[in-house]
Amino acid sequence: MGINYSEKIPNNVDLGNDRRLQRALEKWLPEFQGWWRELGPVESHDYDVFLRTAISVDKGGWANYGHVKMPDYRWGVFLSPSEADRKINFGMHKGQDAWQEVPGEYRSELRRLIVTQGDTEPASVEQQRHLGRTCPSLYDLRNLFQINVEEGRHLWAMVYLLHAYFGRDGREEAEEMLARHSGDADKPRILQAFNEETPDWLSFFMFTFFTDRDGKYQLASLAESGFDPLSRTCRFMLTEEAHHMFVGETGVQRVIQRACDLMNEHKTDDVRSFGGIDLATIQRYINFHFSVSIDLFGQETSTNAANYYTMGLKGRYQETRIDDDHILTDATYKVPEIRDGKVHMIDASALNAVNERLRDDYVADCQRGVDKWNRTIAAAGIDFTLTLPHRGFHRGIGIYANSCLTPDGKVIDRAAFEKQKGEWLPTDSDRIYILSLMKAVTEPGKMASWIAPPLKGINGQPIDYEYVRFN
Amino acid sequence: MTIDFRTEPGQYKHWKIEIDGNVATLTMDVDEKGGLVPGYDLKLNSYDLGVDIELYDATQRLRFCHPEVGAVVITSGKDRVFCSGANITMLAGSSHAHKVNFCKFTNETRMGIEDASDGSQQRYICAINGTAAGGGYELALATDEILLVDDGSSAVSLPEVPLLAVLPGTGGLTRVVDKRMVRRDHADFFCTVTEGIKGKRARDWRLVDELVPRSRFDEVVTEKARQSAARSDRPKDATGIDWPMVARQEEGDTITYGTLSVGIDRSSRVATFTVKGPTADAPANAAAAQEQGIAFWPLALARDLDDAILHLRTNETDIGVWALRTSGDGHMVESYDNLLAAEADNWFIREVRLYLKRCLKRLDVTSRSLITLIEPGSCFTGTLLELVLAADRSYMLDGSFEDDDQSPAALRLTAMNFGPYPMGNGLTRLQTRFLENGERYAELEAETGRDLLAEDADELGLVTFIPDDIDWEDEVRLALEERAAFSPDSLTGMEASLRFAGPETMETKIFGRLTAWQNWIFQRPNAVGEAGALRKFGTGTRAEFDPNRV
Repeated sequence: MGINYSEKIPNNVDLGNDRRLQRALEKWLPEFQGWWRELGPVESHDYDVFLRTAISVDKGGWANYGHVKMPDYRWGVFLSPSEADRKINFGMHKGQDAWQEVPGEYRSELRRLIVTQGDTEPASVEQQRHLGRTCPSLYDLRNLFQINVEEGRHLWAMVYLLHAYFGRDGREEAEEMLARHSGDADKPRILQAFNEETPDWLSFFMFTFFTDRDGKYQLASLAESGFDPLSRTCRFMLTEEAHHMFVGETGVQRVIQRACDLMNEHKTDDVRSFGGIDLATIQRYINFHFSVSIDLFGQETSTNAANYYTMGLKGRYQETRIDDDHILTDATYKVPEIRDGKVHMIDASALNAVNERLRDDYVADCQRGVDKWNRTIAAAGIDFTLTLPHRGFHRGIGIYANSCLTPDGKVIDRAAFEKQKGEWLPTDSDRIYILSLMKAVTEPGKMASWIAPPLKGINGQPIDYEYVRFN
Repeated sequence: MTIDFRTEPGQYKHWKIEIDGNVATLTMDVDEKGGLVPGYDLKLNSYDLGVDIELYDATQRLRFCHPEVGAVVITSGKDRVFCSGANITMLAGSSHAHKVNFCKFTNETRMGIEDASDGSQQRYICAINGTAAGGGYELALATDEILLVDDGSSAVSLPEVPLLAVLPGTGGLTRVVDKRMVRRDHADFFCTVTEGIKGKRARDWRLVDELVPRSRFDEVVTEKARQSAARSDRPKDATGIDWPMVARQEEGDTITYGTLSVGIDRSSRVATFTVKGPTADAPANAAAAQEQGIAFWPLALARDLDDAILHLRTNETDIGVWALRTSGDGHMVESYDNLLAAEADNWFIREVRLYLKRCLKRLDVTSRSLITLIEPGSCFTGTLLELVLAADRSYMLDGSFEDDDQSPAALRLTAMNFGPYPMGNGLTRLQTRFLENGERYAELEAETGRDLLAEDADELGLVTFIPDDIDWEDEVRLALEERAAFSPDSLTGMEASLRFAGPETMETKIFGRLTAWQNWIFQRPNAVGEAGALRKFGTGTRAEFDPNRV
């Protein structure tokens, strides 16, 4: 296969001159394309989509807009520019030069981190592949596809690292990422949240708000890595991740806006009669997606996380801005423990608690989004407050996994939980109702009944712009 | 704290036995909070001695209570985790002696599984339905066939060297190269990657036998087990025997079983085992023997002796010398041996023979000085004569004690001395004893069934010394006193080296090579020092190694 590398695969890793990498990609690329055809967005191959493509990492280069067919999207391999003389900022190697090559003793740990992160990227594409059929507007459809191609590019980013630095094992792992499929009974994705379905657009907005935000925190902590290529890759990925969370945050916000508008217009709480989604249902979706997403941070105390930190492979969120010794051997951190039917906070080794610390940062970030949503409700003059549930609510991993907590954090028995579950988590009838709303709206500028239009269009275009052409 | 090796399914915390026709399934679902001692959680199906005591009990029951079972599946009840091996916090917090005893017992249990496969045709299949790490994979290695779920992430691994600075403690290294015949260079790589090997490479390198998609896993495992069970010669519709817990009574320093008593003398650090021979002749045939169930004397003896060895080995570590005595009628012992020899093909008798074999092997690998005392009134015949041959030394009274009208002590060989009880090296104790002299072995076979008095026994090389009644008391006392005064460590090393002369087998390699290395590594600061890997495991800080290679 003849590939003009700089044209076909925009990159800043000198792909045109890297024979080894070319050979690796030549085998992988058709497999990726086959995967996209099979498991990428359904029925979308001929659409022209108004996409943002990164062609370089400088200011003007990373956001080029134009109508593109998704299979022709130039996925590209980009790393943030290297920082001169970058040092390792934490762990036992703190102060030493950042690694430009994989350190032999940490090869398998690094590979594992990259594989776990990489596996989530194509997973969300698979989870979302049917959503195009039920888009609430062209604007939203375009955002979905933008997210999908960028998740694809993030897969590329991880595959690049595997190909460039991990030899045959790396190439095999890169193939496995295309072999595992979300929800596949035989080859499921590594993390359970990525095997759940994203059946409707409310779930999609929740997913991009909550679950992609987990991605942001994972990428941010990998961006601190002492392995410089990983750090640079993740830093560039973070620039794209911001858009995904924007889609989630404004998506939910627009659903809320629409609910409020209907309530005020019809002077009723019963917005369902008018094709809207009521705030109580939104709260239940928040409860579900928040709890599933915080499971992704892992156990409250984790030996693996501690090891990764000490080895200098994965840091904390904004590591260098934290005022401590960045070694943590003597530091403690508060983690929860359930004793006598109550949640207590106890001191644990800060090293072992880096997962929990990352979760704390994440929860605070989620709260900022929820606060914004509440401002929308308040501005509409409606007396209702959305909240994040207690972090022990509906958990499958960690110390809460075997306990039942209410959304406000009381430990209750399983029977009581089962009895009240329907008040706290989406019920079958909620899901059936939401699905009943999922009908494609494809006329430029028009919106589905359950969502308000966005405040502005994309890249200066009007809201009724033809963001997707169906041909 | 005293550790009791006796349990029963009603008390299990970690295992479940299910039987469906000729197939049994042992499901490991470790209770995190069910550790033997406080201080660690048994996360991710990791195990401690308590978990293995249940496994041992379960394998014994499958042999004796379920003759219809021709195949046993071992699998995990956890999602995506098969077993993550020995619990590291438990290891780090345990005394050296406990670690060694724990490893020894787990090794013996794994070998018992192999013995069930080879000896009883009760084939074991390991259904690895998630990650199998360290001891988890070693458990799989003990089975005949390893199936691995092929889900793109489940792997097998032996990460002890890179993660813990120790070796796989339950025969992992040896079984990988000797049993599964994995190439040495592949094994080297495999044993240094913490996350292990999955999928096609695991199969290509022979680390597993078959890869099975998740959706077909249960079906394929069941089918394999059915086929395996169909090939087994175990009776398809026989009924097993009852298997209550071993009865043991303790009074002060005397422990009494039905066929055995053990007296502990703490001042001299000697435990004296007295085996009681049968009080009647053997039943007429296998069916009558099975009728007696656990009361069948050779089986009762195996159960009692097994428990006594385990109990003393674990709970009485400073009792360094075991004196072995018997009392009873040699002719009756011989009648049992004749039954065991004549009915070897019967499933129940086969199990009893195999159990006695394993029990004697357990004695062989026990780090205690074994001294057999053969006096008038003893019954060292056949099966019990193995105690003489297993001992590091034996003393036989030449003649009788003054004022004692018992006839002089005699030894007697039976068919059971010539094959059914091989040692770990694959040879009988007699073959091992006369490695240089094959003729002697033939000569001894000709002596079967004849009473051998002290001089004959000495002449034939069956005993070490034959003091007469004038010297007996002093000789024995001095031997025991001298023994108790040596360094226990050097004695352990010496005895273990001398006991297994002759060819090497996988079993002797595991006990003699791996365990010895491990015992050394378990003492080294790189593993167990303040900054050693076992201490540092789980803290997120790294071990510091002394770079000197020794």
